[in-house]
Amino acid sequence: MPNLSFSAPTSIDEAVKMLAGATGTAKPLSGGTDLLVQLRSGRLRPDLIVDTKRIPGMIGIREESDRFVIGAATPGVTVYDNKALTQAWPGIVEGMDLIGSEQIQGRASLAGNLCNASPAADSVPAVIAARATCVIAGPNGRREAPVEAIVVGPGRTSLQKGELIVEFHIPKPKPHQSDAYLRFIPRTEMDIAVVGCAVNVTLDSNGVCTDARVVLGAVAPTQVIVEDAAKALIGHRLDEPTLAALDAAAQRACKPITDKRGTIEYRTKVAGVLARRAAKIAFERAGAR
Amino acid sequence: MSYLEKESLKVVGTRPIRPDGVDKVTGRANFGADMVMPGMLWGKIKRSPHAHARILSVKTDKAMALPGVKAVTTRADFPDIPPDKRSIGAAPANLWDLSRNCMAKGKALYEGHAVAAVAAVSPAIAEEALDLIEVEYEPLPYVMDVEAAMMPDAPLLHDDIFTSGVDPKPAKPSNVAKMIRYAKGDVEAGFAEADTIIERRYTTKPVHQAYIEPHACVVSVGSDGQTTIWSSSQGQFMVRGYTSRIVGADIANIRAIPAEIGGGFGGKTIVYLEPIAYMLSKKSGRPVKIVMSREEVFRATGPTSGAVIDVKLGAKNDGRIVSAQAVLKYQSGAFPGSPVNQGCMCGFAMYDLPNVLVTGYDVLSNRPKVAAYRAPGAPIASFAVESCVDELARELGIDALELRRMNGAKDGTKAAHGPTWVNIGYQKTIEAAKATEHLGTRLGPNQGRGIASGYWHNAGGESSAACHVNEDGTVTVTEGHPDIGGSRASMAMMVAEVLGVPFDQVRPVVGDTTAIGFSASTGGSRVTFAGGMAVTQSAQKVVEELKKRAAVMWDISPEAVEWHDGKAFPAGANAGSFDPLSLADIASKAARTGGPISAEVQINAQGQGPGFTTHICDVEVDRETGHVKILRYTAIQDVGRAIHPSYVEGQMQGGVAQGVGWALSEEYIYDKDGRLENPGFLDYRVPVASDMPMIDTVMVEVPNPRHPFGARGVGEVPIVPPMAAVANAIADATGIRLRDLPMSPPRLLAALDDSEPLRQAAE
Amino acid sequence: MAKHHVSTTINGEPVEFLCEPQQTLLDVLRDELNLTGSKEGCSSGDCGACTVICDGRITCSCLMLGAEAEGRTIQTVEGIAQGDKLHPVQQKFLEHAALQCGFCTPGFIVAAKALLDENLNPTEEETRYWLAGNLCRCTGYDKIVRAVLDAAAVMRAEAGR
Repeated sequence: MPNLSFSAPTSIDEAVKMLAGATGTAKPLSGGTDLLVQLRSGRLRPDLIVDTKRIPGMIGIREESDRFVIGAATPGVTVYDNKALTQAWPGIVEGMDLIGSEQIQGRASLAGNLCNASPAADSVPAVIAARATCVIAGPNGRREAPVEAIVVGPGRTSLQKGELIVEFHIPKPKPHQSDAYLRFIPRTEMDIAVVGCAVNVTLDSNGVCTDARVVLGAVAPTQVIVEDAAKALIGHRLDEPTLAALDAAAQRACKPITDKRGTIEYRTKVAGVLARRAAKIAFERAGAR
Repeated sequence: MSYLEKESLKVVGTRPIRPDGVDKVTGRANFGADMVMPGMLWGKIKRSPHAHARILSVKTDKAMALPGVKAVTTRADFPDIPPDKRSIGAAPANLWDLSRNCMAKGKALYEGHAVAAVAAVSPAIAEEALDLIEVEYEPLPYVMDVEAAMMPDAPLLHDDIFTSGVDPKPAKPSNVAKMIRYAKGDVEAGFAEADTIIERRYTTKPVHQAYIEPHACVVSVGSDGQTTIWSSSQGQFMVRGYTSRIVGADIANIRAIPAEIGGGFGGKTIVYLEPIAYMLSKKSGRPVKIVMSREEVFRATGPTSGAVIDVKLGAKNDGRIVSAQAVLKYQSGAFPGSPVNQGCMCGFAMYDLPNVLVTGYDVLSNRPKVAAYRAPGAPIASFAVESCVDELARELGIDALELRRMNGAKDGTKAAHGPTWVNIGYQKTIEAAKATEHLGTRLGPNQGRGIASGYWHNAGGESSAACHVNEDGTVTVTEGHPDIGGSRASMAMMVAEVLGVPFDQVRPVVGDTTAIGFSASTGGSRVTFAGGMAVTQSAQKVVEELKKRAAVMWDISPEAVEWHDGKAFPAGANAGSFDPLSLADIASKAARTGGPISAEVQINAQGQGPGFTTHICDVEVDRETGHVKILRYTAIQDVGRAIHPSYVEGQMQGGVAQGVGWALSEEYIYDKDGRLENPGFLDYRVPVASDMPMIDTVMVEVPNPRHPFGARGVGEVPIVPPMAAVANAIADATGIRLRDLPMSPPRLLAALDDSEPLRQAAE
Repeated sequence: MAKHHVSTTINGEPVEFLCEPQQTLLDVLRDELNLTGSKEGCSSGDCGACTVICDGRITCSCLMLGAEAEGRTIQTVEGIAQGDKLHPVQQKFLEHAALQCGFCTPGFIVAAKALLDENLNPTEEETRYWLAGNLCRCTGYDKIVRAVLDAAAVMRAEAGR
């Protein structure tokens, strides 16, 4: 990296200008827990690194009347230390909390986890399941996009040159709405998800599901919103036939690969298992509200 | 003098704080990568991207032209080693193989094989220069798997290797470097007599020692050839000897200084970097530091073998095993030297068997050359044998511990590989296992319990020690073995015991190759045994000298002086009436009684007691995901005599954790092009703290009479049983027998799914 | 390649250094500042041997650029003891023989100290999960976990709780 430059701007405009004006590869840096690994291994040879953490608003969580606003570079510890968010969306917080070790948690951010564009990113499925959006700053001003529109393939995002995510908007839960995220890893910590599953449900006062979103991770090139799984839940209580339908829908949605972390058969089967287990937790939480 | 009576011991058997401890908890201890020398350059190594390729050319001019680059080295700088120089001393390594492993000659034999190296003024420039070294390859067909490599038409790694151990010598070269065989009795007759025969195939994957400290060294070669090597290894004398032959230098010109070592487990008993850093330093005229990346550690340093093992056991209905047979095929990597011989010896060593036939094959493939890993070879063989014994126990309906008791080796048993056992503690480990509280606990649904035993020879060999009484009566003891897990504490304890002084009065030092006599490497669980014998003898000689000096001071005969409690006393009333003289009293007058008081001892230690162990493991299986949780673990081991019990327990616990990783999650994964896919701690999954329960230890003490304090090696045998213990526990929990390592969630779930219809049908 | 001038606080002392953009905080600590207590085991954030406390949070210094340290407060293993008085975690590591080779020890000491700064009464399970980002290949973790729990007990007693 003989020509690498590093910069730590203090405004969004400045950051956008640097990223847009850079010759060669320019990378925004938030927690760096993926970026620095790629830098060190030589897989990534950027010309410019723009540290976003000194920009006001990039770190921190703000609660507004109908939503939470999470700064793009907010690290995991700040997410799970936020009581209101933990109360509102335990599944989102679980997803964030599962990324790496305590050391990683002090740095790794939602935007970084999303823009690393791994289908196995733990923080992403529950955020998509909550129908969150993100605000993107770029040379042409700001735009808002659903989170699921960002990742287009492994390592690839829809962000254009000069664009960076500045914050996430997460709507507050409705009455009897809650979520859960589960992932499977071979060890108890420190692995990349072999399968991840977020379930977000809204119930009526009788415990019947009125709205749902089920999102799978690590079973396709990007996170997958499983419409059929949501359909399997909506209009039902969580009985065995409903769980079986959910399980089957989750498995049908899988288009995984066999790699060093799991086989096609394994990922498919476990996607169904995790969907069942996450749905049970989400229903229980939603029902308790 | 014998110190075998435990009741008489004051220091041995206690748990003092290790003398190097404070430096290690404050970050002050200096490991391999921590050394800096003035003018030092940074070395980096260019490695083959191919699993097997002919090296057509290596062009280094562009790299040399990069500003900041001070030297480049290639194979052309390294001498060929003539046949009579390919070993050194009693060390088993083939230095010609090691030389070509350090720097490829003619062919790259595995992905990651070194082909060139560069030294520059900064790591970044060295890294940049690597890209400027142009290597032209002709990729060749390659072979990764052990049985594929044994096929007659397999791609050949070396055209000058003919299977040894086969008579007559084969006419064609082969990837099978060696065949070995151990036999006792008549296995066919044994099987004919058996009521039940179990015949099974087991496989294991290569696993890495995964010490947390990557290999590192600093080498400084003077223009007169005088050289200093500072490096992290399991033997400074090994580093000195191996490097001397590989670079073609005289041993007397090399001083090897042992850094603190950040784990080795056998993997640091050979050299990788020192000869390369030597060449770069020689060519640049400056000291050169090389530190491997974690990726290089995985790609280019020794894992242990992957293997295929066939086991056949025949037993009578009463449980008596009457015949045992095994065929072991071990990967050696790119050069011969898998631990298959040890596997052949250790597999059945726990048992008293009338008929045994074990055949082993040492098989080359396009993988990194294997290196020793904790009880090399034994865990692989024991996974197979101890799993098969468990299958036999289930088939016969006999308790697994009881079956082992019935067939277990005891004093007088002749093992198939030769020795007739004396003073062994195997049966006592079984008795102790039966008596554990653990064994009496009940298991819940989806939980299971597994038993497995293990054996390791342990080692003796060459050791030196020096014991110096300082002017103030404190004591410095110098040993020649890198301290890999707290052995300095044990050395000081044994010396303190002999001298009768408190532990704190004795300070141990690991000497460099100019400070202490030759000592073989830290390995084979030999240091507390052999090194302990040497330091004990050096202290005993010092005691004799102290008695002489007291005799001079009192003007009586040395025979009239006795030494105990750290003081000289007149031996009875006839010797005269004197106040006792302490070590400090005598030391302060040393100049007037004959000069400095020291003793150095060199030994070739014999009589290491073998190590036997029995483990109990409880697991819980998630039937829907195939995840296995270790619920509880107890390791029972004959430790001879625990010198420092905390560090003995630590060895047992550490071996168990490594074994659990081997059992459940660790493996080398290659892609279809023969390239390693998981060269990092993310996907090479060693157990983390949350994967493990507390590990209970039971130290059985059957003292080894050949060691002054009764010590046996303890470090290696704890890794032998865990793989089978876990497999047997999974079988107990699920009824599913896994015979392939690692028993990863996908593998277990697939097996559970395959059995599901059967289970439902049965219900 | 222009070097960055960085002003920071390390172990309570103001420290200035120059670093290249690609140098990690670990590179800077070890190669520029001679603070070699932080160890490099993987350079990928998987082993925790390089753990430092940055603005009160543990982080892998291999996953942070040196240039990012501007204005931050860093504590390394060299700054855990108070003069010649060891921190209870350090003392208990010694008493429990919670180290064998000692290479992972600095990272464990820093991580465990940070755990007890936050929670003086961790359970065994909390301790194990907190320390999951620190690999130890020698001990099987048993004695490490015991040492940390014992240090917590000592610190609770000292704090009168």
